[in-house]
Amino acid sequence: MRIITFAQAICEGILEEMLRDERIITYGEDIAKQGGIFGTYKCLLEHEEIRERVFDTPISEEVIYGSALGAAIAGLVPIVEFHFADFLFTGITAITNQIMKLRYMTGGQVSLPIVLRGPDGVARSAAAQHSQSIETIFMHVPGIKVVVPSTPYDAKGLIKASIRDPDPVIFFEHKSLYKIKGPVPEEEYVIPLGKADIKREGEDITIIATARMVHEALKAVEILKNDDISVEVVDLRTLVPWDKETVLKSVKKTGGALIVHETWKRAGWGAEIAATINEELFGQLEIPVKRIGARNVPHPFSPPLERFVVPNAEDIVKELKSLF
Amino acid sequence: MRIRWEEISKEKLVWMYETMVKIREFETVVEQNFLRAEIPGFVHSYVGEEAIATGVVANLRKDDYITSTHRGHGHLIAKGADLKKMMAEIYGKRTGYCKGKGGSMHIADISIGVLGANGEVAGGIPIAVGAGLAIKFKGTDQVVVSFFGDGATNRGAFHEGLNFAAVYNLPVVFVVEFNEYASTAPAREMIPVKNVAVRAASYGFPGVTIDGNNVLEVYEAAKIAIERARHGGGPFLIEAKTYRLKGHFIGDPELYRDREEVQRFWKKEPIGRYEKFLLKNEILTSEEMEEIKRKVREMVMGAVEFARNSEFPKPEEALEDLFVDDRGYDY
Repeated sequence: MRIITFAQAICEGILEEMLRDERIITYGEDIAKQGGIFGTYKCLLEHEEIRERVFDTPISEEVIYGSALGAAIAGLVPIVEFHFADFLFTGITAITNQIMKLRYMTGGQVSLPIVLRGPDGVARSAAAQHSQSIETIFMHVPGIKVVVPSTPYDAKGLIKASIRDPDPVIFFEHKSLYKIKGPVPEEEYVIPLGKADIKREGEDITIIATARMVHEALKAVEILKNDDISVEVVDLRTLVPWDKETVLKSVKKTGGALIVHETWKRAGWGAEIAATINEELFGQLEIPVKRIGARNVPHPFSPPLERFVVPNAEDIVKELKSLF
Repeated sequence: MRIRWEEISKEKLVWMYETMVKIREFETVVEQNFLRAEIPGFVHSYVGEEAIATGVVANLRKDDYITSTHRGHGHLIAKGADLKKMMAEIYGKRTGYCKGKGGSMHIADISIGVLGANGEVAGGIPIAVGAGLAIKFKGTDQVVVSFFGDGATNRGAFHEGLNFAAVYNLPVVFVVEFNEYASTAPAREMIPVKNVAVRAASYGFPGVTIDGNNVLEVYEAAKIAIERARHGGGPFLIEAKTYRLKGHFIGDPELYRDREEVQRFWKKEPIGRYEKFLLKNEILTSEEMEEIKRKVREMVMGAVEFARNSEFPKPEEALEDLFVDDRGYDY
């Protein structure tokens, strides 16, 4: 199988869907001329037949997100790039008060095939306003599906599913993953939303993670190879809906769970998963459900500070060793 | 503005009268029944502003879009919404437009182009811009009208929306219902310009200020703006000066204004003014107008009966309609 980057995988997914369905338009800041600040639109620029449907916008987040709603009601399938997840905050009302509520508030009169996608996560000292992982917020407020892929293969299959989904989807691409490479088949495939993937099987404990933390978990497993702790790594891939069935089955098998996310630990999405495991599997757990998340401060600039705030493989190893 | 009312068909002139009366009667009955505690939530009355929705929508087709506000009943009625389904929604019944999930501030009828009333000031503007984008890509000659109040013109969404519509030359007509109050805040204290129509100039398209209590003037201005948008001329801003004769919401103690001011504006209210015009030009007789009012009253009372007799939704219906596949996703 050919090997491509995460950014190329996203681009290919969008391209294939745009070639297939002419109702799809995509817009945002720095995409049509530059190809996206992380290269996720480069492959689109080579295709004249869709060029008109790929366009740059003024820096106007509320109207960029809010217009997706109007465009979707009026018959298009808008894919909107949010530039940096941090700037979802500048237009958040259009998402949380409008997009995420319209179908419900109108008693189901409309379906809203909207994809909001773009970079998030901590990378390269981008500091507090360009480094946030804010997926939890969209898991907390009902009305949008939340996708958080970790590999090029998953990214392509999930972006295609997101574009075909009749409901609003927010799709977070971790900045530090754009350049990672992985096998992606030439032939068409779609990964359904809401299905977790077991990235590695194990017997003693289940790690539940998303995005970059899946890679940190897998690194931790490598480091632990000689310590006789057998770890199962479940990549949720989608936070809304999240795959309760796969998670509970795995934790039942291993008897323990460690949730690892980059978003802040306090009230992060891991708390929801942990609470659910406790509710459903109380009495069947051999150890308490544990969580690792970012320290509860804005992301600092200086590299040693940034490294300290965000979880990594060593933190996971340390936690696992303390449990066994 | 020169009003060429002779060019408007009698049918349309009568439709405008009937529509204004319908809005007034609907709002009056809703107010009474809200004060009787039959209606839950908040209700924001459109009384006094009927000429704007009516004069604008008189120029729209069924397949044109509008976005509305928390004070949205008038826009919906003008666009042709079903009074029974509106009233049932306001009563929180399952037969309402939104099955009781929206209420007064969120009524929508997508099938007639009403993309929703909106509980957020200026919330409809980005949606209107998006519908304009869709029209542009689909290549149809539809138009979008976005109604909002003077308070909305101070929000970022207004400025972002006007700029965006101008940059892409979208067929969006922005209609400011300048009713002097944003909740309890007087426009004269919160807006540093006399006419917000001048704000359109900074986005490079026309803005006009008109008398929003004169339905014919609204009709003429909207006609120009809507035809222009329909034929590729791009966005337009209409500032219709009116007055919110009722409080911000029904039950508002109105501590921020004096009764004398409200009384003064009652003398300028749009329906009485239009009646004088219709009589003077022998378009309708007093008897015919009474007959229209009687018919409308019957229709509105029919809507109230329908709402009263409808069932409330079952509690568990609260879990439906979030997503198309409707699995609830509570995990």
